[in-house]
Amino acid sequence: MAHDASTHHDDHDHKPHGFVNRWLYATNHKDIGTMYLVFSLVMFFLGGLMAMVIRGELMFPGLQLIEPEFFNQMTTMHALVMIFGAVMPAFVGLANWMIPMMVGAPDMALPRMNNWSFWIMPFAFTTLLLPLALKVFFDIGGGGPAGGWTLYPPLSLQGGDSVAFTIFAVHMMGISSIMGAINIIATILNMRAPGMDLLKMPVFVWSWLITAFLLIAVMPVLAGAVTMLLTDKFFGTTFFSATGGGDPVMFQHIFWFFGHPEVYIMILPAFGIVSEIIPTFSRKPLFGYKAMVYAIASIAFLSFIVWAHHMFTVGMPLGGELFFMYATMLIAVPTGIKVFNWVFTMWKGSMTFETPMLFALAFVILFSIGGFSGLMLAIVPADFQYHDTYFVVAHFHYVLVTGAIFSVMAAVYYWLPKWTGRMYNERLGKIHFWASAISVNVLFFPQHFLGLAGMPRRIPDYNVAFADWNLVSSLGGFAFGLTQLLFAYIVWDCSRNKSLAKATDQVWEGAHGLEWTLSSPPPYHSFTTPPVITDSMLAHGNVAH
Amino acid sequence: MKQIGMGLSRIGIATAAMAFSLPGMAAVDRWKLNMTPGVTDVSQQVYDLHMIVLWICVVIGVLVFGAMGVAMFRFRKSRGAIAEKWAHNDKAELVLTIIPVLILISMAWPATKVLIEMADTRDAEMTIEVTGYQWKWGYRYVDSGVSFISSLARDSDDTRQLGSGLDPHSVKNYLLDVDRPLVIPADTKVRFVITAGDVIHSWWVPALGWKQDAIPGIINDQWTLVKEPGIYRGQCAELCGKDHGFMPIVVEVKPKAEFEQWLAAQQGANAGAEPVATLAEPVAAEAAPSQG
Amino acid sequence: MGQTETHDPNIYYVPHASRWPIIATLALFTTMIGAALTVNKVAVGHYVLYAGLAALVFMLFGWFGDVIRESVKGFYNRQVDVSFRMGMIWFIFSEVMFFAAFFGALFYARMFVVPWLGGEGDGALTHEFIWSGYSSAWPTNGPLKVGGMFETIGAWGLPFLNTLILLTSGITVTIAHHALRAGERGKLLTFLGVTVALGMLFLYFQATEYYHAYHELGLTLGSGIYGSTFFMLTGFHGLHVTLGTIMLLVIWFRCAKGHFSRDHHFGFEAVAWYWHFVDVVWLGLFLFVYVL
Ligand code: HEA
Ligand code: HEA
Ligand code: CUA
Ligand SMILES: [Cu+2]
Repeated sequence: MAHDASTHHDDHDHKPHGFVNRWLYATNHKDIGTMYLVFSLVMFFLGGLMAMVIRGELMFPGLQLIEPEFFNQMTTMHALVMIFGAVMPAFVGLANWMIPMMVGAPDMALPRMNNWSFWIMPFAFTTLLLPLALKVFFDIGGGGPAGGWTLYPPLSLQGGDSVAFTIFAVHMMGISSIMGAINIIATILNMRAPGMDLLKMPVFVWSWLITAFLLIAVMPVLAGAVTMLLTDKFFGTTFFSATGGGDPVMFQHIFWFFGHPEVYIMILPAFGIVSEIIPTFSRKPLFGYKAMVYAIASIAFLSFIVWAHHMFTVGMPLGGELFFMYATMLIAVPTGIKVFNWVFTMWKGSMTFETPMLFALAFVILFSIGGFSGLMLAIVPADFQYHDTYFVVAHFHYVLVTGAIFSVMAAVYYWLPKWTGRMYNERLGKIHFWASAISVNVLFFPQHFLGLAGMPRRIPDYNVAFADWNLVSSLGGFAFGLTQLLFAYIVWDCSRNKSLAKATDQVWEGAHGLEWTLSSPPPYHSFTTPPVITDSMLAHGNVAH
Repeated sequence: MKQIGMGLSRIGIATAAMAFSLPGMAAVDRWKLNMTPGVTDVSQQVYDLHMIVLWICVVIGVLVFGAMGVAMFRFRKSRGAIAEKWAHNDKAELVLTIIPVLILISMAWPATKVLIEMADTRDAEMTIEVTGYQWKWGYRYVDSGVSFISSLARDSDDTRQLGSGLDPHSVKNYLLDVDRPLVIPADTKVRFVITAGDVIHSWWVPALGWKQDAIPGIINDQWTLVKEPGIYRGQCAELCGKDHGFMPIVVEVKPKAEFEQWLAAQQGANAGAEPVATLAEPVAAEAAPSQG
Repeated sequence: MGQTETHDPNIYYVPHASRWPIIATLALFTTMIGAALTVNKVAVGHYVLYAGLAALVFMLFGWFGDVIRESVKGFYNRQVDVSFRMGMIWFIFSEVMFFAAFFGALFYARMFVVPWLGGEGDGALTHEFIWSGYSSAWPTNGPLKVGGMFETIGAWGLPFLNTLILLTSGITVTIAHHALRAGERGKLLTFLGVTVALGMLFLYFQATEYYHAYHELGLTLGSGIYGSTFFMLTGFHGLHVTLGTIMLLVIWFRCAKGHFSRDHHFGFEAVAWYWHFVDVVWLGLFLFVYVL
């Protein structure tokens, strides 16, 4: 390249030497993306291990393994680790890897801030996990937070030393997420190659643009909410106590103003991923590109006005209940558009079923099932029965595990050959898929029954009437957990095993988009000069109309 | 570690017990799949609503997943399918926006009706104050001044301890039994005013068709009207600390006359006894005693 | 790093690896752990906290130092400049949302909670059963008069003066900006200096006001919901004024050193934006916390 001589401020295509230079001081979007993904996998296993403790205790009625207090710590930490440690960093990692390659940029817009965003995460989780680790390994202190991931006061304030650690850890995660999101927005809005108009961007990029907006809008609100918890506990304020004119329910309003958009933060990038994969393996452009983009935007908009559907039983005025019910139900419309359009994309295509496609198809079905139960939860009188039961637990694991997590797995299989330059072991991939898809349903489907039959969530022990389905669910859980070891092996194998087949640049026969015009693995700086974009490179063909 | 060891042996016992009890144990409703229709008008309506929405979702699911199945079968490359090029169809998209809206309206309509009915606590014939505590329930019959505390039954409490060595299957109504049940009259509109003394709890008896959060410093109200006498069981449904799983609710519905007798007996017994300090215990705020 | 002095202005400047982010992380981590230990009353806590804060300051100087050096060397082309601008705009938006959480608490408490506790609207039962002695009003420290008697700070004394001070500082920073663009160094330094002085004056008055509140009015962070919202909002704002003033001061020194050119001075603009944001938030505060 012509400009080479003048611009080796960073030994151009040569990676920085040494561990410290390359990783601790990293500014390269791919390296940072890799670190995010590895971190996320570690957290997924950690959160999963906690889930295994939960399922182990719930396998039979009676307490067999742990004390109730520790059970509550497991539930709380499982959720915090999975949400903030596994799902969100996984999506950020994918954004880091793919967005510059998809829009034709050399790197992220603000590479050093990018590094900071990442490195905060391991330290935030050290802070979060510290009290629990001290208790488990050295029997010091009272252990981790046990008030549920929703941190409702006054219960959450009853915690011991862990409260402050949890709050400051949340602050750190907030700082990290906000900076990560700012970086992504700046990259998308400012770093696109000429010709990559907004409405020509891959849907994955669109989904992240909107997700990043949600993040910047709501992470500070969470920070505000936990700050008020902090002052209520340590500085004598009474935001959340009626004695001083506050209200515990006020915390819930503020928390869910963050919390509901948060759940869409965990699903919009998944929509983006699936919208990349289905066209590729259907060999047909994405159906209704614009409608897909507008649908994501509508979901994001609606996500700000539905928060109180988590609070139908707190005793809101009737008008409030009705408003939040209607608004929540409306989300089914744009989400439906997405589902229908994925089906239309397959229609009259020419489909093959490699592992990424299998995960994407399972996503469409299983996420929809989770969406259906979400819709049922939105019906206020029925939610009076469902609320805080295993029906809710089943709902959100369908959207989170078979939704968010499945989409991440689909994405990893889809882009892994691009990242490593080698094809992963397809046979093992398919085994991983089928074992996961079957066991995850054994794990979570019976939880619908448990909830409807009357089993509350967040309990370590239950009446014997719930014993059978709990046993089934636990067995499914162990099977699903073990299966994920295979996933870790496949990824490791693909990045290390030199005897695997080399990947072509395009990797998949039906793949379109800028990222597939780069070599596999791609150069260290993706597009040092902006590429010239032709329509055939775009992921979704004729979007002109 | 000793505990885990014991726990594991318990698991063995439990498995054996389960294998044994599969045919027997008619008392417990096992492998239960669905929500209870309950014992009140409201709970029946809630159940119907639940079933309507469930079936609508099932039908939509069958259509959508069916279409996917057909696509996966017919348009696979291995069958020689050749991809077409079209990528949008405004009419189809419009239709598939409008139809869901109509479906949603058809769900929202009955839901609104039921909700409005549930919110109407007027004309209640009696009021009971329910207060959640860590980890028990306080009940007060507002008009007669009778009040008492209701906590987990002794046999359940013994069995549920970690490593108790006792078998939950042998306890009747394991974790769903209390020392003193709440007694209410049949055929009477009873209003509940619900609050809490420390942290948030939630009062839930599935057969009545609703749950209502008990929030310190705040009163929520709900009502019920049970026709049939009987015993109905429920649990606290909001995480409230370590023994959240161990504060069940038992409601005994008695025929009116029997209820009156019962109440009179309580009034006699209660006279002289220290009345239970229920809410209005505004120290509620200490809600957050920091344990340092 | 094979760093050279030249950079192709047509190519996006991807900065070389830097040790500042990891230092920033460690500094933040130390600060947060220190803060957690401090509130938990661990003896060494505040030393850790101060060490962390010192490291943060060190980091800021180091990191911005690098950025300034690169900027002065002309590595940053137009596109990089736009990235920085977007970064700053979205950062300010996140701050707006942070304040929104506290404003939300204020509005919710004033519009709903306090009237409900006083028995209005949906709060009738809460009032009847728990807080029957309480009549809602604003300001209030709640039914239990948490924190004891207090008086509030009138809007038209120091707070009004502070409003004028901040508004004026908004104008002076704009004049300074125009001066920068016109290349009038003397005027630039004068007006920027005045802005810094006004910021400090604001803080001085606010400190006076806090002192007055704590020592004479009985108004503290613990004065129920009024004290909570009052000090949370004004305190958090004061923190932002402090940061803004420090940033303005740094910019003043950079102007004095001649870092900025007439059409290339993003650092200046970013701080000016921030200052305007702090200004606007104050107007909201003045209106909703003091006047209404
Ligand atoms: C990725 C995360 C995610 C996603 C995407 C969703 C999606 C939805 N959620 Fe869920 N939800 C959670 C995560 C998520 N949720 C979590 C974590 C909780 C519990 C938090 C806690 O308490 O700990 C929760 C809890 C929760 C509740 C509170 C329950 C309770 O505590 O009582 C409610 C109530 O309304 C709800 C509703 C919905 C709805 C209506 C959707 C909709 O977006 C779903 C829309 C999708 C579809 C409807 C399917 C596809 C559509 C079609 C095929 C079109 C045609 C369909 C129709 C016309 C019906 N969710
Ligand atoms: C993205 C989010 C996410 C994900 C991925 C998961 C994944 C899983 N979750 Fe969880 N979960 C939540 C979010 C999530 N969950 C939330 C928000 C709550 C609510 C918390 C609250 O109430 O506050 C919750 C609560 C929750 C409960 C209810 C607890 C209670 O109410 O008391 C249960 C119970 O079954 C459960 C189970 C599981 C299981 C079995 C998995 C599995 O999918 C995990 C599978 C992964 C692994 C197992 C790791 C990999 C493998 C190994 C580590 C090897 C070792 C394996 C063996 C020993 C078998 N989760
Ligand atoms: Cu009381 Cu849960
Ligand atoms: Cu929600």
